[in-house]
Amino acid sequence: MSLLGKLTWSAVPIDQPIIMVTVAGMVIVILAVLAWITAKGYWPYLWREWITSVDHKRIGVMYLVLALVMLLRGFADAIMMRTQQAVAAGGAQGYLPPEHFDQIFSAHGTIMIFFVAMPLVIGLMNFVIPLQLGVRDVAFPTMNSISFWLTASGVLLVNVSLAIGEFAKTGWVAYPPLSELQFSPGVGVDYYLWSLQISGAGTLMTGVNFVTTILKMRAPGMSYMRMPVFCWTALASNLLIVAAFPVLTATFAMLLLDRYLGFHFFTVDGGGNAMMYVNLFWVWGHPEVYILILPAFGIFSEVSATFSGKPLFGYRSMVGATMAICVLSYTVWLHHFFTMGASASVNAFFGVASMIIAVPTGVKIYNWLFTMYGGRVRFEVPVLWTMGFMVSFVFGGLTGVLLALPPVDWQVHNSLFLVAHFHHVIIPGVLFGVMAGYNYWFPKAFGFKLEPRWGAASFWCWFIGFHLAFMPLYVVGLMGMTRRLQHYDVLSWQPWLLVAEGGAVVIFAGIICQIMQLVTSIRHREQLRDTTGDPWNGRTLEWATASPPPAWNYAVLPQVSSIDAYWLRKQRALTHQAQPAQEREYTPIEVPKNSAAGFSIAFFAVMSGFALIWHIWWMAGIGVLGIFLTILVFAFREEEEIKIPAEEIAAFDRAHQAEVAV
Amino acid sequence: MNVNVALIDDVSPETQLIASEAGPAPKRIVVGYGFWIFLLSDIVMFAALFAAYAVLAHATAGGPSGAQLFNQVSVAIETGCLLASSYTCGLMSLAVGSQRRFRTYLAAVVTFALGGAFLTFELREFAGMIAAGATPQRSAFLSAFFTLVGCHGLHVTVGLIWLAVMMAQIAVKGFRATVERRLLCFALFWHALDIIWVWLFTVIYLMGVIS
Repeated sequence: MSLLGKLTWSAVPIDQPIIMVTVAGMVIVILAVLAWITAKGYWPYLWREWITSVDHKRIGVMYLVLALVMLLRGFADAIMMRTQQAVAAGGAQGYLPPEHFDQIFSAHGTIMIFFVAMPLVIGLMNFVIPLQLGVRDVAFPTMNSISFWLTASGVLLVNVSLAIGEFAKTGWVAYPPLSELQFSPGVGVDYYLWSLQISGAGTLMTGVNFVTTILKMRAPGMSYMRMPVFCWTALASNLLIVAAFPVLTATFAMLLLDRYLGFHFFTVDGGGNAMMYVNLFWVWGHPEVYILILPAFGIFSEVSATFSGKPLFGYRSMVGATMAICVLSYTVWLHHFFTMGASASVNAFFGVASMIIAVPTGVKIYNWLFTMYGGRVRFEVPVLWTMGFMVSFVFGGLTGVLLALPPVDWQVHNSLFLVAHFHHVIIPGVLFGVMAGYNYWFPKAFGFKLEPRWGAASFWCWFIGFHLAFMPLYVVGLMGMTRRLQHYDVLSWQPWLLVAEGGAVVIFAGIICQIMQLVTSIRHREQLRDTTGDPWNGRTLEWATASPPPAWNYAVLPQVSSIDAYWLRKQRALTHQAQPAQEREYTPIEVPKNSAAGFSIAFFAVMSGFALIWHIWWMAGIGVLGIFLTILVFAFREEEEIKIPAEEIAAFDRAHQAEVAV
Repeated sequence: MNVNVALIDDVSPETQLIASEAGPAPKRIVVGYGFWIFLLSDIVMFAALFAAYAVLAHATAGGPSGAQLFNQVSVAIETGCLLASSYTCGLMSLAVGSQRRFRTYLAAVVTFALGGAFLTFELREFAGMIAAGATPQRSAFLSAFFTLVGCHGLHVTVGLIWLAVMMAQIAVKGFRATVERRLLCFALFWHALDIIWVWLFTVIYLMGVIS
């Protein structure tokens, strides 16, 4: 038994030039960033204001930064796959050997779902929810920081797998028996399992935190039916996290026991049942789809109401549809594997249940359309993303209804038709939603708007590129091309795959535009600055405070008497002209103290995870002990909150007239 | 029960009019509520393990079945210990509510001892089965059995460590608000483990012996 377990120098793939160049590039970029921070002397600032921050706004921004960086990694995987399939036709083998191609498609799916879509959505919820609820923070601020850092731990482990060892070659779902030790003896599946177990623990804490925040911490007067729709969708999403992620944790724990201790949950021998994994995985997996898309629906609702200058059409039906989807999402998991061999009646039940979900989703589409109908729509960048979503998502959803028919599914199961379908709902649904939200709330977070021309260019590139990249996949899917092919013999597929490759390039241009948008916006931030705190003529409470909001969000908690609370307040101010500004009484506000607990727990979690992947048992023990000691130190700390004096709050308030108007 | 009564007492009269418009809830309620949500998620995790056990209960792969392995007397005593520890944990909550240090320590020590006895019985059962060749590697049924029961045992272990830390917290910090909130969460956790054990006892030990 070696001191370093299975870890040896041969774990570094020096014979793979593509991987080594990528790793070298990543290391150089990381070192350059670290050197720049050190040279500028930013470490104390970063530590104090960001790394140990428990402020929901800071944590939200960190989630978004993490996710956008990982979007680049996930997209790099995507364009490598597209390029491989564009060239590897007939006898050609392309430039990626099978074992590398397999890791790329597994990493692409894992990263895009867990480390791009999830942190994007959770980041926006973090930033927006307490502001919309009119409160000062989430229910458990330190736990929020731990959630973020555990997500970052998962990200780190996935990226380490590139340089040391390998990633799973099983696809992002890691179905047994392929993912069992017998058929995947390497560390790839272990990297997959441990990084997702660690980040999953963080996600579960996020779910607990936000359900509690939304149900127990709202501004005075904000009853449930006065909550902004984004809060409702976030509530549904977090309820799903609480009810779905534990299933994933249990499922992965069973697979880990199989792999590490020779248990027989999913093995081919000993009475194991591999289909049980597939069932359990999708009991988590299907709600996961709605965990991602429901908050995006919330963003589209906010954007369409704000930029149409009208209240959201059918608020109550929107809430009802959201909660209906929340419940129904648990009744459809079997449609991911109609070919399992369940009886016709079982398949029929799940097929019908899947089609039923289209009903509340349709309600939402009509609500957005009627919100915009008759409104004075301002075609700002968030509206472009929203309209792009509405046009495209309807078709993506319709191909989903097709796939919900078991006989159709038997024909196109595991084909590129399926790949096209789920990208058709996730990209225009989740990603467009997050981009709308990013453009919409950016001025709230940083005090200046994002530059609109680059933003529009980015939208058009994504919109056109997406359709170019994925419509051809429907066609080759119907022609019989299965997913995850490293090379193929049917030459008639190649033209379509070349078009898809072109689409990926156009999407790449969209990403460049987004980077340019950010760079030019920061450079021209003085021209783009918003001093009102309400750049879009908003309706909900987050626009009632300064941009960026102070640590305490609201000097005095707002009183809410209706839906669209801030809009009503502005209307009243117009009708009752110039009421004398009331002299406000400021009281000191207690905010939670910074804590390094999140960072420390994440550090030890990475240590444990890495050690477990490589069977370095002593190091795994140290990691677990470190986590325990961190919790102990946190539990015994004396000071838990910092009091911000009333004068400081009053001074800020006077400087930012915006908030005084509340 | 005492916990619920205390929670209702926290709500002031005017907030009882329209609870959903009352503004942010007091910290004690927020913490207790959040911990309830966590417990529900924990129960969902157990539900997945229960489902796996139900699927694999008859997959003995030629190995021993539950009826051949389970010793009902030992399990009955074990169950008695855990249920009694829940009662003493309730006594501890009462003592915490009236801020009586000695009674709190006493109830905690008894709770700890009963929880420890439960774990000892469980580990003896595991050791006996493994010695007889009924290891978790033997069959899918035994994999599921050891995982489900072991996961509950792991929770009890965590609970015992938590209880010890909380006694240290009372000694160092006294009955301050944060300590009381943590004790409230501990009590919820300990009772939830009882509920899970009742299901576990029914599904594994009773139904296992019947079939």
